[in-house]
Amino acid sequence: MVNSFAYSFQATELDARGGVGTVVERLRSMGLPAARADDVQIALSEAVNNVVEHAYADTTPGDVDIGCNLDTEQLWISIRDAGLPLPNETLATRKPADLSGPREDLPEGGFGWFLIRELTSAVTYERDNGTNRLSLCFDVGNTCA
Amino acid sequence: MSLTSTMTDSGQIVTVNVERIDAAMAIQFKEDMRSETESGASRVILDLSEVMFIDSSGLGAIVAAMKQLGSSRKLDLAGLSPMVDKVFRLTRMDTVFDLYASLNDATAVNNT
Repeated sequence: MVNSFAYSFQATELDARGGVGTVVERLRSMGLPAARADDVQIALSEAVNNVVEHAYADTTPGDVDIGCNLDTEQLWISIRDAGLPLPNETLATRKPADLSGPREDLPEGGFGWFLIRELTSAVTYERDNGTNRLSLCFDVGNTCA
Repeated sequence: MSLTSTMTDSGQIVTVNVERIDAAMAIQFKEDMRSETESGASRVILDLSEVMFIDSSGLGAIVAAMKQLGSSRKLDLAGLSPMVDKVFRLTRMDTVFDLYASLNDATAVNNT
């Protein structure tokens, strides 16, 4: 059985915080295991932060449209916005941060995409008709780690 | 951003009294940590027991707070909740910071 729902909120810091929380709570009530729900909270917060900070950086904040699709094996979450596209309209591949150097050289940023990739089994991005669509896949079935 | 400090023999304990350190408050956190740690204690233990969530901005702010202390002072972290602990381990920041399950564990080790 597939469970789906959609939820939208404005791309402001406060609305995004509440919006992500609402989506995660709804997924928990649909039976998403607690540990997975934590993963979703982290990855979804990072993806939505990117929309708030970058997609609508130059304009009045628009909407963020979230779509969720949960079955016994996978959870797909789509994040749609009408803001600026990603650079080159593609996902960057990002290596883990280099933590080996001296303390004063430790990075203070750039962890967001890394966290998204670590917590998901797939990430896709499409730019279509002035909208961005980022899709995150989380494995929830017994077949995956 | 609410930070309170207690000076102990094991170092300065800085307690974070909010549930989230995220993009909305990362800069404020960094500034508040700067003032809070002006005392110059050589070991600062950040008590994160009340923090239920940090995002990559919050993580960056904690790294910045450590860098602000300078190389001769130490910032240890205590009381990480499961989600916060996960963010630190996924980014391998547990190789950069000493993480203690509880404040008691952190203060039991006298690292000053």
